[in-house]
Amino acid sequence: MEVNEQIAIDHGLKKEEYKKICDLLKRVPNLTELGIFSAMWNEHCSYKSSRLHLKKLPTSGKKVIQGPGENAGVIDIEDGDAIVFKIESHNHPSFIEPYQGAATGVGGIMRDVFTMGARPIANLNSIHFGSSQHKKTKNLLRGVVHGIGGYGNCMGVPTIAGQTSFDSSYNGNILVNAMTLGLVKKNKIFYSKAAGLNKPVIYVGSKTGRDGIHGASMASASFDEKIEEKKPTVQVGDPFTEKLLLEACLELMAGDSIIAIQDMGAAGLTSSSIEMASKGNLGIELNLNKVPCRESKMTPYEIMLSESQERMLIVLENGKEDLAKKIFDKWDLDFAIIGKTTNSKNIDLFYDEKQVASIPINTLVENSPMYDRKWKKTKLPKKNLVKKEEFKKFKIKEVLNKILSNPNVCSKEWIWQQYDHTVMGDTIQKPGGDSGVVRVHGTDKAVAATVDSSAIYCWAHPLTGGKQVVCESWRNLISVGATPIAITNCLNFGSPEKEENMGEFVECVQGIGEACEYLKFPVVSGNVSFYNQTKEIGIKPTPSIGGVGLIKDYKQMITMDFKEIDNLVLIIGKTEGHIDQSLFARNILNEKNGPPPEINLFNEKNNGETILQLIKNNLIRSAHDVSVGGIITAVSKMCIKGNIGIEFDKPKYFMSEIEYLFSEDQGRYVIEIEPKNLKKVESILNKNSVHFDKFGRITDKNMIINEKTKVTIDELKAYNTNWLSNYMN
Amino acid sequence: MKSAVITFPGSNCDRDMHVALSKFGFKNKMVWHNDNELPKSDLVVLPGGFSYGDYLRCGSMASKSKIMQSVINFAKSGGLVMGICNGFQILVETGLVPGVLLRNKYLEFICKNVFVKIDNKDNQYFKNLDKDVFEFHIAHNEGNYFCTNDQLKEIDDNNQVAIYYCNNDGNTDEKYNPNGSLNNIAGIFNKEKNVLGMMPHPERMIDKSLSGEDGSFFFKNLLNNIK
Repeated sequence: MEVNEQIAIDHGLKKEEYKKICDLLKRVPNLTELGIFSAMWNEHCSYKSSRLHLKKLPTSGKKVIQGPGENAGVIDIEDGDAIVFKIESHNHPSFIEPYQGAATGVGGIMRDVFTMGARPIANLNSIHFGSSQHKKTKNLLRGVVHGIGGYGNCMGVPTIAGQTSFDSSYNGNILVNAMTLGLVKKNKIFYSKAAGLNKPVIYVGSKTGRDGIHGASMASASFDEKIEEKKPTVQVGDPFTEKLLLEACLELMAGDSIIAIQDMGAAGLTSSSIEMASKGNLGIELNLNKVPCRESKMTPYEIMLSESQERMLIVLENGKEDLAKKIFDKWDLDFAIIGKTTNSKNIDLFYDEKQVASIPINTLVENSPMYDRKWKKTKLPKKNLVKKEEFKKFKIKEVLNKILSNPNVCSKEWIWQQYDHTVMGDTIQKPGGDSGVVRVHGTDKAVAATVDSSAIYCWAHPLTGGKQVVCESWRNLISVGATPIAITNCLNFGSPEKEENMGEFVECVQGIGEACEYLKFPVVSGNVSFYNQTKEIGIKPTPSIGGVGLIKDYKQMITMDFKEIDNLVLIIGKTEGHIDQSLFARNILNEKNGPPPEINLFNEKNNGETILQLIKNNLIRSAHDVSVGGIITAVSKMCIKGNIGIEFDKPKYFMSEIEYLFSEDQGRYVIEIEPKNLKKVESILNKNSVHFDKFGRITDKNMIINEKTKVTIDELKAYNTNWLSNYMN
Repeated sequence: MKSAVITFPGSNCDRDMHVALSKFGFKNKMVWHNDNELPKSDLVVLPGGFSYGDYLRCGSMASKSKIMQSVINFAKSGGLVMGICNGFQILVETGLVPGVLLRNKYLEFICKNVFVKIDNKDNQYFKNLDKDVFEFHIAHNEGNYFCTNDQLKEIDDNNQVAIYYCNNDGNTDEKYNPNGSLNNIAGIFNKEKNVLGMMPHPERMIDKSLSGEDGSFFFKNLLNNIK
């Protein structure tokens, strides 16, 4: 087939991009070459709309071993150990085919991590669905949860934390972001940079099929009503093969045979071979007849663009082929020598002894398009003035019932009970806490991880929202006693070709950057997912932040359940009564406008570091950050988890009870301390100039809010735990 | 005391079991599914996980593995063979213990702590345990035990039910049944009681920092019984 402009456009390329290809090659590409360009130049692989802005994020630090640009980021956790981690989106495929879309998302991110030599030790996920009233939501949720569980459980990697939200902006475009942490020795990290000439290029894992062709291009386009027709572009996962691939790769990695290794993820064999050669400043030659194929008569075009899962590409040391083959034979996996590194700086493809493509690698990578897209700044919305008397009409108990049973606050046990969260025998904090925590096997250390997003705040004011998500991640790590180290981000946005959506992206990234910089909490890996929209409607801007921290002695880990009667409860951080964009404002007052709560990075850092100091001195029995739903929501969850009550002190604040209890000011924590330690705690808080309120005292079975209002723990449980399981069953 | 844990392709609780056995004093060896011979052992464990991805039917392909012939011979000669979760599914596929394991009643994977009642103590696994109710952990998609009426009668006649799901008081009412198992059965013996299959994972309950510590009692007691 002769390639022309129309065919290029059908491949998702723009007119001017096609012209650029012809100019770079000084000729018209053939169909295989065009396919390769379209795969490398789509938004998903080339970051053409985001690169310019991502450069501004802080990516280095004392603990950073590897920042963005590799398969995953790597941080130092001392004693020669390192954690490899990354988050990635699988939004578009999960909407089309929820089970396989979510499953292969989990499989893909685990491969990114073990490609670097790390054994995966924990999975997390951030999943966002349309309104609970929307007809597709229930099936999508069920499919995604089954898919995540189906893959992760089979791999034997615990799913230790996650986040689920519902919002009508995801009605036509759900989000599925999967994150994996792996453990590796610092001196045994593997990279994707090829080196040396005439080194054998090895293909291992599953056979190549026709599934997922143009998956990355599909992920770079908006949805329309014909989306169901794209089902064949969704890959099919095989977690059993991936488990074998994991064990085989780690076995081979124990030796010194591997020069470079790269998993075949988005754009399959195309991007993996080109990235390895590009990083090594080399050429690569592949004989496509040698690629193990599942189906007969696959064309070079199909072989290069297939996104079949569970495959890896390895550049081996010469002479190690037999040793490597033996390992893959043992694990019943395909092994084929499909090519070699060259000094041509081209990718040269051969099929049936004919050359079928020859492209200079720099045209695919360095010369890929980069756009400085137009974007629109979002003004800080005006505050709503709610008359103080208005709050009086609300009965706290009724409001609390509505808030605790809200789909975005209620217990997600129905979800995480379907994920194996205890396999590997090191999970010391299960899902449902502020962070999931796993021990570093055989040591006293533990790693905490959390994944967070706040689309409402980001939508109301992207700059503030961007900062807020990073702070929330930081607080969730602090609350379990972990020192925050670094983050990975998954940036889910609408179309970059629309100024509003692009503006949301630019300003969220700016906010994330400012908070990361200030908190010394660098970004070490991530992924951008644009075009999360159906027809003209984009999702609310949803950056998901995956934070990782270290607990040096796992016995000092903190949980959120209230522990003991008569202990005292303090609120750390100042409550100003910010109601706009709170759950209370949006769901009880039905007020959707106004600014999100402000972020004060100084307080954020100071409050967090002070909490860590208190934990180090064994002064805190339980802790939980205050987030959506305000103080009373945080305290309710601590009661439910501890199966124990609390009596609130008489209010000393100058605002209504509703404002104090339901406002969503930032930088706050609830902590439980023993009465005998009050002086010590006060002295540390005062010394660090941290604002705190004495809030209450732990009692047996009731939450006593004031003289007139009492809620039993059983009532709290009923408010919080029933919604999701009732909805799903 | 010597133990052996078999690794099938797709096993993923093999390491956890090795850690638990070693912690309580077993000298444990890992054995590859494609080996012909078992090392000399006092206890053989088929671990949990997803052997062969649980494709086809849970445990069916693993039950035909090369090593399984030795395991079956070992069991038939009176050796102790314990199957946990996927290991239990493999055991029913070999016919060493009666019955089958169906998909959970609500068709969902369940990972949580449960209480189990162990009062059948006239055997090497449970004798000398000084309590009847244990908190164990389950993580499975196909743990819904089922057998025919004739099999059930035989199981009852021979006192082969090893473990029941219950509440913290040992009440084995249907409402404490997490997966729809017949009569709340969580584990079962062969007639001679040297082969034990059970869905709960005691190896995940060996440290108070984990889900709990009741697995420790089980392993310590098992070691003492075998000594």
